[in-house]
Amino acid sequence: MLLEARDLRVSYGDVEAVHGVSFHVEEGELVSIIGANGAGKTTILNTVMGIIPSRGGSIYFRDTEITALPSHIRARQGIRLVPERARVFPLLTVFENIMTGLYGLRKSTDVPSRLSWIYELFPVLKERAKQLAQTLSGGEQQQLAIARALVSQPRLLLVDEVSMGLMPILVEKVFEVLGYLNKEENLTILLVEQNALASLSISHRAYVLETGTISIEGDAGTLREDPGVRKAYLGA
Amino acid sequence: MSNYILTLGIFIVINGIVACGLNIIVGYAGQISLGHAAFFGIGAYTAALLATKAGFSFWMSLPVVIIVTGTVGLLLGLPSLRVREDFLAITTIGINFIVESIFMYVPFFGGALGIGGISRILFFGTRLREAGFLALAGSLLALSMLCSWWFARSWTGLACFSIRDDETAASSMGISPVLFKLIAFMAGTAMAGVGGSLYAHYMRFISATDFGFPVSVMILSMVVVGGMGTLWGPVLGALLLTVLPEVFRPLTEYRMLLYAALLLLMIRFQPGGLLGEYSVFRNLTRRLVGRGRS
Ligand SMILES: Nc1ncnc2c1ncn2[C@@H]1O[C@H](COP(=O)(O)OP(=O)(O)OP(=O)(O)O)[C@@H](O)[C@H]1O
Ligand SMILES: [Mg+2]
Repeated sequence: MLLEARDLRVSYGDVEAVHGVSFHVEEGELVSIIGANGAGKTTILNTVMGIIPSRGGSIYFRDTEITALPSHIRARQGIRLVPERARVFPLLTVFENIMTGLYGLRKSTDVPSRLSWIYELFPVLKERAKQLAQTLSGGEQQQLAIARALVSQPRLLLVDEVSMGLMPILVEKVFEVLGYLNKEENLTILLVEQNALASLSISHRAYVLETGTISIEGDAGTLREDPGVRKAYLGA
Repeated sequence: MSNYILTLGIFIVINGIVACGLNIIVGYAGQISLGHAAFFGIGAYTAALLATKAGFSFWMSLPVVIIVTGTVGLLLGLPSLRVREDFLAITTIGINFIVESIFMYVPFFGGALGIGGISRILFFGTRLREAGFLALAGSLLALSMLCSWWFARSWTGLACFSIRDDETAASSMGISPVLFKLIAFMAGTAMAGVGGSLYAHYMRFISATDFGFPVSVMILSMVVVGGMGTLWGPVLGALLLTVLPEVFRPLTEYRMLLYAALLLLMIRFQPGGLLGEYSVFRNLTRRLVGRGRS
């Protein structure tokens, strides 16, 4: 198992936002967590990345416990996050933003070929390479955030709400890219989305999160047919 | 008169070196420090003690000064860099006051009388007076700027910039915030030490109040006014804020008030400083020269 969370609890101050959640991601899988606003999706991803400490439970990555490790060590082990609202480095250029993803890996990476691979995925980033990231549009910043996370060839990619603020055609493209990376490049992805239809269509499995508790889990195809899920998240 | 100009030039250059150091901490790594004068002082006292008690020349003591200030910077930075921004401001002010009182009250450091009789700098047997000293200090400023320039282009610099922009995002890219803040703190304080060493050997008499909190505010003002995170900003700031008080001598009493007002005005209207990304100055030069990056 690549990632496993057991009975994870996370609080903000005295308020518990995630109440004992367990989930896992196998190598090569694309798994979604869907849920309404405030359900705790971002909280879970940030806890897996090590940005927020957990109050209880444990996290395992490649069968080793990482619950107590700081986020930069988890990143070094191959976990990368595309954060909610992109959070690119505003005063660095697009190129520099991408290079931060390679920190500590430049010796073991063929940087030019990695860069051309990234630019092939997101051609707009090549055009804007010298521009400050804060001058990019929201959609371009999302693409940059994905590029920055991908350039290191992560073992596990955590993706938080990439579709936010993107025009429909770009949402489609981003999901196409994620699906492609999972299928063709064997990249393991844990995806968090409000756009349940789009994420379920490329996922193997999914978890439905309701106010900090997992209510349903199963095969993505089965969930798409589930009447409760359809009613609550697919608008049908 | 000409000696007066040379002396002023020497102060500009020394302040420029110290401000370059602070720029690495504040401008590159984004860590506020209101106690930079403490490290300027540690450099000056180290050089002064080595000169008066051990007979070290400027040249012999310089490497020691760099190592001592850098190490003290690292040690004092260790606890303070783990706290959040507003606490960091207060912690660094505290460091400044503690260091100043140690110089002031511990007899080993000369107490309230300070340390006098510090030797002049010898350069191939000649004593450096105004012009020669300015040339030497200028070369060390150039060297400091070269280091800053190199730092800004290195991977370490990139890591610092990313922490300045978004610490959380940086750490999820595998960049350790604590490590790089400490590196920036160490490099910046070591540079302040170099400035301190020059100061001690130029003044030949130093005392604790030369390195008090007001000096820290002045140095920070230089960095903010000139442009945080730019190469030339701290030097321009040092030039302006060393010359202006001389021009407005009668207002000396209000110096602190003016610095504070200047800081607030800059932060309100020109947060990037005079040489920052969207500053008046940049726009002007861009219009005149066409385009360009500093
Ligand atoms: N920094 C914080 N301080 C206090 N409470 C927080 C904080 N961040 C999130 N919360 C609370 O925790 C709960 C879960 O928030 P979270 O951001 O994980 O939701 P989400 O599922 O990602 O929602 P969305 O779909 O809107 O992004 C919410 O009730 C939210 O108000
Ligand atoms: Mg969220």
